[in-house]
Amino acid sequence: MTASNAASDLSPAPSSDGSTPAVGIRGITKRFGDVVAVDAIDLSIHDGEFFALLGPSGCGKTTTLRMIAGLDFPTEGSLTIFGQEVGTLPPNKRPVNTVFQNYALFPHMNVLENVGFGLKMQKVNKTEIVRRSSEALELVQMGAMASRQPNQLSGGQQQRVALARALVNRPKVLLLDEPLGALDLKLRQEMQTELKSLQRELGITFVFVTHDQEEALTMSDRIGIMKDGNLLQVGSPEEIYEAPANRFVADFIGQTNLLEGTVESSDTVCLANGARLSVRSTEPVGSAVAVSLRPERALLHDRDDVPDGRSSLDGVVQTVTYLGNAVVYRIALDWMTLDVRAENRPSMKRYSVTDEISVSWLPQAVAVVAQ
Amino acid sequence: MSSPTSPVLPRGKTRIGLTMNAWLVYVFFYAPILLLVVFSFSNDRNVGRWGGFTLDWYRAFGENEEIQQSLSASLRVALISTVVSVVLGTMAALALERFSFRGKKVFDGLLYLPIIIPDVTMAVMMLLFFSQLFDALDAWFGLGLSKGFTSIVLSHVAFSISFVSVVVRARLAGMNDQLEQAAFDLYASRWQAFRHITLPLIAPGIIGGALLAMTLSLDDVVITQFVSGPGSTTLPVYVFSLIRRGVTPLINAVSVVMLAASITLVALSLLADRAKSSPQPTPSKETDNA
Repeated sequence: MTASNAASDLSPAPSSDGSTPAVGIRGITKRFGDVVAVDAIDLSIHDGEFFALLGPSGCGKTTTLRMIAGLDFPTEGSLTIFGQEVGTLPPNKRPVNTVFQNYALFPHMNVLENVGFGLKMQKVNKTEIVRRSSEALELVQMGAMASRQPNQLSGGQQQRVALARALVNRPKVLLLDEPLGALDLKLRQEMQTELKSLQRELGITFVFVTHDQEEALTMSDRIGIMKDGNLLQVGSPEEIYEAPANRFVADFIGQTNLLEGTVESSDTVCLANGARLSVRSTEPVGSAVAVSLRPERALLHDRDDVPDGRSSLDGVVQTVTYLGNAVVYRIALDWMTLDVRAENRPSMKRYSVTDEISVSWLPQAVAVVAQ
Repeated sequence: MSSPTSPVLPRGKTRIGLTMNAWLVYVFFYAPILLLVVFSFSNDRNVGRWGGFTLDWYRAFGENEEIQQSLSASLRVALISTVVSVVLGTMAALALERFSFRGKKVFDGLLYLPIIIPDVTMAVMMLLFFSQLFDALDAWFGLGLSKGFTSIVLSHVAFSISFVSVVVRARLAGMNDQLEQAAFDLYASRWQAFRHITLPLIAPGIIGGALLAMTLSLDDVVITQFVSGPGSTTLPVYVFSLIRRGVTPLINAVSVVMLAASITLVALSLLADRAKSSPQPTPSKETDNA
């Protein structure tokens, strides 16, 4: 990225008050007929942050994004952008721009005209439009493509043009609706890195909608996890991975083994098979919980060879999956199965199917999640 | 004939049979047209007899005042009814394609009616409607209106709207509606989004619909004949009346001119529809990157 001048030119004016959220959502509900798409969510997105709304399809994340953009209006609640109430303001009156899922480039305009469209609508003069549009195209490394038609571009190139078309308007918040969904894996990973560094460079608040948890973890400063119109948890990737708020989040972010049990005291959970685990939990005594054990946090040992200080369960190796960089063992306990992931190091002891082993972990490596 | 997907060409009798069939179809389609054109140059008062080459009938066409008047009426009717039905038909198409409202299905069905019902039925309906309307206007306001130019234009508008809206709707349906949203998002008002995005993209449909409406208006005999009054005859209706008076090759010449006009319009409408026939390219799978 060489266009640092362009970058500074595209940055929004710094907000007068650092504590005003870029996007403030208070009790926003959206109903389509009888269907509640978004159910009374509260959320503050900070200035300059890369925020991901993550969830399975139909969870309300895109509707939330469209409400910020003004393409849908909330049924109830308050929505502010840098302190300004925008609840029912039409999209053309909001300081935000959107990168659409399928880019939505105008097929009858060339790349430069596409990028300049927003400026043209804002009555910017022609030479200024060309200058700023070209700059924005340089920023996304599409300067050489200015006179192409959209249908002459590959998916990744269209994606860059869509990005330039939004950024050229110097939005205070950039909204991205699954922008990488149509790209193949390799390009997708490249664009993830690029988007992230672009966001750092410009300092614009990015709100990113995705159903891909890995993408959200890679790119975001904070993630909001949605399900059935509710916001289940908001936090940094680390917080969400390490301390998931509930069973759904634990399962949705990364992979995990959920061991059913009941809280016996603040540091003991009684598992479904009767075994007692020492693990800290803030859930009320007697409540049904699950203990989330990530596959990479567990180790395998020969039976009865577990080091002191580690919790363990006995089992039998059911399947062995070789992944190259790791080996995943599926372990049959007498009441459930567990996945254990072992990094493929030369020192690692390999087990094979039907081996009788013990699975162990450090007490602080697991999290207790509510149902 | 040797495209890679085509199966083995039929051989022997099948092939001969198919070829003959094709030629018969062509003869059936085009022989009458050819005959009409040829005999429009025939120097004989009898329509079907060749009497040597002449341009007299075209000259007569140019000099006949009645024909001139009906031709001018035809063109004015066609022009006005096309403009009006294009505006109304496009608006109807936009309403049906972009919005949901009460009674949308009913409206949708009613819009197709003029395409389905027979011309004669439509003509009788129009005749009744205009007689009643003019009688009522006469009784209430003392307006001495009679059937004529206005009633012809109105009835042509009535059937053209359906055709225009069908053509425009097909175009709209193929347009990605995210494009309009993208325009709103890029600070366009509703009107600007329509003017800069929607209109250019559906323009081929609108032009196609307009040419279709114009062709239908220029060709219509049945409905026009029912709703026209004395002194307001369109060209096709005039030609029809010529036949009853006794046929001269003048009719041939008039028909050739009308045929040429119709063919030109239809060809133009096809061209318009083909231009930019893919409103939204599908993003291709990524192979390279900048």
